[in-house]
Amino acid sequence: MKKFQIHRGVAAPLLRVNVDTDAIIPSREMKLVSKKGLSEGLFAGWRYTEVGGRTPTADFVLNRPEYVGASILLSGPNFGCGSSREHAVWALSEFGIRAIVAPSFGVIFQGNCERNGILPVVLDEAVVRSIAEQVEEDPQQCQVTIDLEHQQLLDPRGRQHRFEIARSSREMLLNGLDQIGLTLNRLEAIEKFEEKLRARRPWLFEF
Amino acid sequence: MAKTLFEKLWSDHEIQQLEDGDSLIYIDRVFLHERTGSVALESLSSDGRAVRTPGRVFCSMDHIVDTLPGRGDDTLVPAGKAFIQSTRQASRQAGIHLFDVNDFDQGIVHVISPELGIVQPGCTLVCPDSHTCSQGALGALAWGIGSSQAEHAMATNTLVVKKPRSMRVNFHGTLSPGVTAKDLILHLIARYGAAGGSGYAIEFAGEVIRNLDVEARLTLCNMAVEFSAFTAVIAPDQKTIDYLQGRRYAPSGDNWGAALDYWCSLHSDPGATFDREIDIDCSELAPCVTWGTSPQHACEITGKVPDIAPGAGDTDHATWRRAYEYMGVQAGQPLRSLAIDAAFIGSCTNSRISDLRQAAAVLSGRRVAEGVRAICVPGSQGVKRQAEAEGLDRIFMDAGFEWREPGCSMCFFAGGESFGFRQRIATSTNRNFEGRQGPESRSHLASPATVAASAIAGHLADPRDYLEGKPA
Repeated sequence: MKKFQIHRGVAAPLLRVNVDTDAIIPSREMKLVSKKGLSEGLFAGWRYTEVGGRTPTADFVLNRPEYVGASILLSGPNFGCGSSREHAVWALSEFGIRAIVAPSFGVIFQGNCERNGILPVVLDEAVVRSIAEQVEEDPQQCQVTIDLEHQQLLDPRGRQHRFEIARSSREMLLNGLDQIGLTLNRLEAIEKFEEKLRARRPWLFEF
Repeated sequence: MAKTLFEKLWSDHEIQQLEDGDSLIYIDRVFLHERTGSVALESLSSDGRAVRTPGRVFCSMDHIVDTLPGRGDDTLVPAGKAFIQSTRQASRQAGIHLFDVNDFDQGIVHVISPELGIVQPGCTLVCPDSHTCSQGALGALAWGIGSSQAEHAMATNTLVVKKPRSMRVNFHGTLSPGVTAKDLILHLIARYGAAGGSGYAIEFAGEVIRNLDVEARLTLCNMAVEFSAFTAVIAPDQKTIDYLQGRRYAPSGDNWGAALDYWCSLHSDPGATFDREIDIDCSELAPCVTWGTSPQHACEITGKVPDIAPGAGDTDHATWRRAYEYMGVQAGQPLRSLAIDAAFIGSCTNSRISDLRQAAAVLSGRRVAEGVRAICVPGSQGVKRQAEAEGLDRIFMDAGFEWREPGCSMCFFAGGESFGFRQRIATSTNRNFEGRQGPESRSHLASPATVAASAIAGHLADPRDYLEGKPA
């Protein structure tokens, strides 16, 4: 998993409430046996003019030239609600999104983000709106910096905003460890347990 | 201290307690299927990770594979062939056991895992499929997981799991002839609601359970997930031991005796306490069937579509009205007046040899009613071979049933083959959700015997009318 320490980038405001995972990646866009190849389908219902088509909707934020290369999303409350599909996070990640700043997140989605190297930043709605206004002046110049180690977001005017994140999630993201990585840190304990289990219940290890 | 069966299974596999009530649990076996397995395997290898113990990972082709005679990799599910072929390739690369499309042992994962002795009392087994709880019937700790968790389990032989609460459901009395495990579980869910088991690991116990054979116990535990339980377990007994003896992956040599000693300790100790306990008297129970769009919308076949319970809230009223409308039924309508378009016997719930025998007992010497499309899909190649050896296939086909290749088949609608628009189906499967078996399909869940009786009658019917030799 990609580490998240300090990231500076273009932030795109998508200030809607309850952006659900069906909107992030419609099911018809999950066509491959893979976590990859999903970025084309990201926000397909909003991003393209017709179902299944690829003609960009001119005014959708990620299609606007001033937001080219956006790597941070600014959004409204309850971002990522709905279906648990991890494809939503895989699509965002492949598109290049590294962080999402919103007042709150769908619980499963938030966990999926943390397991896939995307930082969910929780800030008050007024603060998110203020950052969006600053960004809109000149998105390519007015970039946002997020420092996970110090749990701070630096807005384009240089103001610092502190955010909270669970200790284990912070560790996972800072060190680029997914849950598998974290568990592999306990390999010694696993191996020790395994030896004990093998001695007591050898038939479980017959094959 | 007196421990519950679940407590024994849990503590025997708990490597460490982590923060926030999570535990690191050792996983003995992982089972995959072609719908989610290939994604997990490919993702693991693209992350540069290996399957830690490939010998203990198994994969079957069941969800997408075609069940029409003469099948190959081609299937009616859109993009299905790609899922089948990539699962095959990824399985070979990872070195895991694969039960391929027309393999001698291919079948539905929750049918073949017990059949081959892969699941055993006292082992932990996970699969990215919600009905993995079926396998708790053999005294294993088995539960359904997500795709990422499958990767985690394969890479580390562990999962991080929050410990569920414990519930015991005691089934008392004696089942009347024609009443099966399927009727027990539908009755339980109807009585306590589809969310009744939420947050619990459930132990099924009582004299009714002891009298059930292993296959019936699998049916019962299969639907624990429709009760929202984390999983279900049943204490292993002599029937479990007899069932497993000689199966390919069952313990062998000296290990068999050692395993037996351990298995015999796997029961809830007298005095063990559960967070919740439920008692059900089964003596008066009749065959059950669902009338609505949730497994909790179930009642006795002899009954009527129920009225909305007095005191139900606004949300319940809206849900029930929606269910009446969707299913095309009215409160007070006798269930046996509902004409069906189709009958389906199959799925991980009810496609085992005992299920097929029960259906065949009803079908023998009779014909499916005109206009009813009837399909039987054995749960595994082993079940199919056994059924054919017993001549059950002839009984099904002579009655007018299609006789298919093993797989999940039309238990769910994956975009390919399905029943027709708004068709009413008597089905031995596990979910009667909107659109589950086809566009706006109307599924009535029931036992294989009840489905067979309904196929003959052309409407929902009581299997006892046929089993007792009453006129067809």
